[in-house]
Amino acid sequence: METFSLFIINVIVYGIPLLYATVGEIITEKSGSLNLGVEGIMAVGAIIGYYIGSKADSLFVAMLFAFLSAAMLGLLFAFLTVTLKANQNVTGLTITTFGLGFYFFIGKAVGNNWPLLGGNLKEQYSASIFVYLGVVIAVLAFIYLFKTKAGLKTRAIGENPAAADAAGINVNAYKYVNIIIGAGIMGLGGLCMGLKMNGAFEGSNCWINGYGWIAIALVIFAKWNPLIAIGGTFVFGFFNSLQVYSSRFATEFPNALGWLSKIPIEFYKALPFIITALVLIISSVRKKKVPDEPTAIGLNYYREDR
Amino acid sequence: MKKTIIIALLVVAIVASMAIVFAGCDTGSDFKIGAIYINSQNDTSGYTFAHHSAIKKAMQELNLKDNQLVIVDNVAEEYNAVSTAVDTLVGSGCDLIIGISFGYIDAMADKAVEYPNVIFSHATGYMSNDTNFNNYFGRIYQARYLAGVAAGLKSLETGNNKLGYVSAYTTAYAETASGINAFAMGAQAVNPDAVLYVEELKSWGNQTQERALAESLIESGCGIIAQHCDSAQPQIAAQEKGVFGCGYNSDMTTEAPDAHLTATVWHWDVYYKAAIEAAMQGPANFMEKMGKDYYTGLKEGLVGVSPITKNCAPNTQTAINNVTKLIVDGEWDVFSGVKLSIAKDGSVTMNDAALVDCKGNVIVEAGGASVDDGVIKGSMNYLVAGVVGEYDPTTTA
Repeated sequence: METFSLFIINVIVYGIPLLYATVGEIITEKSGSLNLGVEGIMAVGAIIGYYIGSKADSLFVAMLFAFLSAAMLGLLFAFLTVTLKANQNVTGLTITTFGLGFYFFIGKAVGNNWPLLGGNLKEQYSASIFVYLGVVIAVLAFIYLFKTKAGLKTRAIGENPAAADAAGINVNAYKYVNIIIGAGIMGLGGLCMGLKMNGAFEGSNCWINGYGWIAIALVIFAKWNPLIAIGGTFVFGFFNSLQVYSSRFATEFPNALGWLSKIPIEFYKALPFIITALVLIISSVRKKKVPDEPTAIGLNYYREDR
Repeated sequence: MKKTIIIALLVVAIVASMAIVFAGCDTGSDFKIGAIYINSQNDTSGYTFAHHSAIKKAMQELNLKDNQLVIVDNVAEEYNAVSTAVDTLVGSGCDLIIGISFGYIDAMADKAVEYPNVIFSHATGYMSNDTNFNNYFGRIYQARYLAGVAAGLKSLETGNNKLGYVSAYTTAYAETASGINAFAMGAQAVNPDAVLYVEELKSWGNQTQERALAESLIESGCGIIAQHCDSAQPQIAAQEKGVFGCGYNSDMTTEAPDAHLTATVWHWDVYYKAAIEAAMQGPANFMEKMGKDYYTGLKEGLVGVSPITKNCAPNTQTAINNVTKLIVDGEWDVFSGVKLSIAKDGSVTMNDAALVDCKGNVIVEAGGASVDDGVIKGSMNYLVAGVVGEYDPTTTA
């Protein structure tokens, strides 16, 4: 039984960075922007937040700078796609490449003096802080998007920016704010990953480790709803943790769970994406009157084309 | 008129640059080393870092200049990527080409035929030819046995017989299987009740999973965490949870000051120094001196353990010295029909005992000679008794 409780803890602790990334991406997408730069934004938030945080020896400073540095990348994304109307997919992918490169650049520039987790930062950090904060942020994001006027306007832009514009909503300003806040939240998720890894910088492997991509799939799984995202995080985290625990379950319960060891680990890695594909298929077959996906997602808004 | 001038200028520029290139070839020491790395030359830790710093160290000892090393890094284990890298290096005049990753094997073998005047040297592989292509690797399991001894002594001190091991793979590669076995046997030589629990990563490096596997082992009661994977995360996890550990590839005491016992390390510079020196006298001399399959161990100093730390049990150094002496003198080797028994004071006695795998099959009869071949040729695919590895339906009753 102990194995199971450890497994649940693992699911929560290793799954929670996904929640930040997913909520950040939901806020971004609800305003009609598809930001594929999650992985890169998380990486930058993690490395900057961690480095400055450990220099200042404060968890609060770490979180603040994780948020701000990630928000800067969000600002860059918003400037390129909203003001300059660059293609959102290409820009997002570029941001991922840039962010990961920046991550290694910073780590390698600091080199052997890289600070290990210690001092006040270590005292103040605990995995549970990020778990509670993540849930709080998800609930706040839900209230913001579905219960406030600003959220209504954001959703309106995501559905039909021309109509929103006609109704007197400042489309560009709303897009900017949502993209920047969304990116900042992703940065917190990145910091959460970095702290979980004790801030140990390895020259060839990024802390984020593909979580950004899983988050993009999780947005679809959660039907663009931050509350469903909380549950979705743990569903995806469940399969993520199975990679680690499958052999142990198989060894401890050979009769009931022995078959787990026969499943190749690659299958668990693919599962989140397989589930997402299934969700997409099911929702398209059901043809709901109001689709979950923001209608104008990925499309740049040209006021002149109205 | 303008066009003519531009063309004339271009021609002059090209001729001038060619002249510089050819002039460069004529300078005294024109021996060049080409290196193909799997990760970046700017890495601060890990596999590429270990090789890169070893090559630099060897070159320094041989008084070679920095510009005599040409690097192509971040080369994936793909045939085309490797052949392109080799072409680049040959094009820039390299006489010796070093490839550090296993997956470079096929491309390097083919390119060695294409460029018979260039020497090719491939780490961790098994292919070679008679004229200009060899491979090199080492008996890292000998060093793992030593780390196992340190872990065994520590387990006696703490009274916790459960040891954990985060491994890239288990029995899929002889390299990993021999590492697990040697570590387990080293620990059992000190503490016969020691049981080694192995978690398989199923890749050579993945920080997050390495951490999670180590945590899972610690939570299930393991008091010492050894590893065969890239990052220091298993040691950091050990530090966090207040248990002990044995690192790999570099001395991980910095990352885990209160947990780390000793790390299994490679001294690749031992090979590189000899190889570069031999290669400077041409391919024939290189093949003669280094051999088609360069395979050495503790004796030659290619492998070893990092300095033991304050966390180790008393007499760890004595025990390690005694075992090292037996191996270096050629009196004993790990995978043989002779078992060592190491007392708490570090003294060693040898007893004939069969080498038995975890399914009960006898690998070497009591008193039999070393089966080192199984490691070198890659046929070792079993885990020894006392190792709890991946679940296998045929072993459980």
